[in-house]
Amino acid sequence: MSDTIEKVSIIISKGSLEGIYPGLIMANGARMEGIEANVFFTFFGLDAINKAKHEHVKVATVGNPGLHLATWAGGVPGVSSLVTRQLAHEMEKLDIPPIPEFVEMIADSGAGLYACKASVDLFKLSSEDFIPQVRDIITVGEFYGLAGGGQIIFT
Amino acid sequence: MTTTTLAGAPVEVDSEGFLTDARQWNREMAPEIARANGIEQLTDRHWQVIDFMRNTYLETGSAPSIRSLGKASGVPIKELYELFPKGPAKLAAKIGGIPKPRGCI
Repeated sequence: MSDTIEKVSIIISKGSLEGIYPGLIMANGARMEGIEANVFFTFFGLDAINKAKHEHVKVATVGNPGLHLATWAGGVPGVSSLVTRQLAHEMEKLDIPPIPEFVEMIADSGAGLYACKASVDLFKLSSEDFIPQVRDIITVGEFYGLAGGGQIIFT
Repeated sequence: MTTTTLAGAPVEVDSEGFLTDARQWNREMAPEIARANGIEQLTDRHWQVIDFMRNTYLETGSAPSIRSLGKASGVPIKELYELFPKGPAKLAAKIGGIPKPRGCI
């Protein structure tokens, strides 16, 4: 194996803000380095490419010890939105785009965006539900085919 | 850090070939750096990106993110990657004689 990375295939499997961003940053960062990149959205990660949902992705404020917030407080109505808004504000300062813009940027950079067929079937979705930049709905086998010759990163 | 010769002048470059002192750069060096990085011909569109990167760096002390490059340089993201397939911000910085951008976005 070469000592430089030429290609990555990144799986985004979670639907929280902190679950989606790392994979997007990795994908965008790969393209910035001239590394070929594919992004495969599965399970709740599909929210990142779902037209109706990608603007409404929130930070998980319950069951997220990293926030150092009491569990009961995380469950208070509105707290998730508030924390999300604060984080979005901080990210904007660092020039990190909101998810819809970021996903579009990554597609424009030439990365391939794919939805997982099993999850699409499970959630009774179709290609109509996704942003037009999504190239295809593919099976796990097809994903491995696309990922050939590169590294796979699961997030 | 090593010294190399570009367009007949000695310049200091880092291990990846980025100039470490932007003041040592001049426009005659750009085509030579571009060719060494797989870009045969620098067009006006390439120059638009290179100048934007360099001017932003000289004015602010840091290179722009790919997001602001796409928004403010006048060259959209898609075209940026067509012009600089091996990474627009990175290559435009290298060709424009400024240090490698350190941003993650």
